[in-house]
Amino acid sequence: MDVAIIGIGIHPFGRTDGVTGLEQGVFAARQALKDAGLNWQDMQFAYGGSAAAEKADTMVSKLGLTGLQFINVANGCATGGSALQSAYMAIQSGMFDVGMAVGFDKHPRGAFTVDPEGSGLGKWYGDVGMALTPQFFGMKIQRYMHEYGISEDTLTRVAVKNYKNGAMNPNAWRKNAFSYEEVAESPMVCHPLRKYMFCSPAEGGCAMILCRADKAKQFTSNPVFLKAAVVRTRNFGSFEVFTQGQALDRADAPTVQASRAAFEMAGVGPEDIDVAQLQDTESGAEIMHMSENGFCADGDQEKWLAEGWTEIDGKLPVNTDGGCLANGEPIGASGLRQVYEIALQLRGEAGKRQVPNQPKTGYTHVYGAPGLSGVTILSR
Amino acid sequence: MATSIADQVPIAEGLFTWPSNDPRLLGSRCTNCGVVTFPAQSSCAACAGTDTETMELERKGTLWTYTIQCFLPNRPPYEGPETPETFRPFGVGYVELPGQTRVETRIKCDDPDSLRVGMEMELVVEKFIEKDGKDIISYFFQPVEAA
Repeated sequence: MDVAIIGIGIHPFGRTDGVTGLEQGVFAARQALKDAGLNWQDMQFAYGGSAAAEKADTMVSKLGLTGLQFINVANGCATGGSALQSAYMAIQSGMFDVGMAVGFDKHPRGAFTVDPEGSGLGKWYGDVGMALTPQFFGMKIQRYMHEYGISEDTLTRVAVKNYKNGAMNPNAWRKNAFSYEEVAESPMVCHPLRKYMFCSPAEGGCAMILCRADKAKQFTSNPVFLKAAVVRTRNFGSFEVFTQGQALDRADAPTVQASRAAFEMAGVGPEDIDVAQLQDTESGAEIMHMSENGFCADGDQEKWLAEGWTEIDGKLPVNTDGGCLANGEPIGASGLRQVYEIALQLRGEAGKRQVPNQPKTGYTHVYGAPGLSGVTILSR
Repeated sequence: MATSIADQVPIAEGLFTWPSNDPRLLGSRCTNCGVVTFPAQSSCAACAGTDTETMELERKGTLWTYTIQCFLPNRPPYEGPETPETFRPFGVGYVELPGQTRVETRIKCDDPDSLRVGMEMELVVEKFIEKDGKDIISYFFQPVEAA
């Protein structure tokens, strides 16, 4: 059973004082319904998630108490991606014809606060100052730069590109196109990563309506088909956030596993992808995820960035909406935002940031603590 | 600094041998597949075995990767002694202990900018903070001084 996305909705990302996370989710849900030409009463099921805001299923008190199956999803930074994957399976199983995946969030300002004991790490780990996700990102790219000769110049170029794309996205948080110098000279946060190389926790909401592919044309003339949706968790030996003792033998990252499975499911390869959204929690992540997802060999990112191959007019545009760097990271909505952008690009509705030559196949990748990845492949 | 060993408390039980004149980190080895983990745990994340034995880890290794924490971590959970005025960036990294595992650690180093992947490192177990009249003891690694 193929699955189609027939409606998409988003609440602008960033900071929206006076509007709760839940209200931002409801806004996105109504937009998605309107886009699909459907009513909330038509939804047979919903999967929704939020990490720091209200429970997603309480949205029904605003959208309508219709008795539908509503299941809350909590899966770290991959919460939105996991909601979509769950909705995908619900339709693929044949149990439902049409339903919604939705996510929203509203995080406090500053770095994510981690509860070491709740994560099974022991209180001492937080006491000594190691329960900080930025440290992991710094250490992972540091090792990668050492092994594959990636330079700070490339870290800077990723950030400059994403802010430039964000400046063309009316729903992005950061609409300033920072210059190369502004990024390269911003304060160091966790070496080698600087302030403007990091995304920040933020707010926002995103929703999409999914239905059986054979019924999609009843609702819309431009459906986008979900050819694969995969979530994978870490194997023993992969280098993940909050690993106190790491195995000597490295295993493939969960992204590598998710990516391979998604390409196999969709029956396409990396060379078939026209536009991609890759998790860019910080500049280093986008660089490593280019190879973990199979788009280039380790170390080739130097050339890719220098040649502008991931720019909107390049051979593989990456994070055309500005990515996490320009949109911030509301955990519940972030993975869905990636799919929203790919759907817009495939529908040819991305405005100033539209990828040329009518892209046919797109790719999304989200990564989150404590080591999980969600990948989707979409086509029109 | 508390003078009596009775006034020195390890930051967590079972993390390293204490009290000791030659403290060592404590890991575990799976009796089935031989994989070593830190901290010690009762089951094996590699083979899912449930029989492990606690072991003392090497005290010297090499720096596998690192970062420099440049902002004061949020409290809670951070319990370090610094104020925003006295805070100085500190190193965090993974030290590879030969044939065993890579241990995540704070790095004791006056000049974190001098850290390099591949440096030789050694274990230090010493006071982290003072709390309720007692010294809280934790573990660090520091670069082995060139002879």
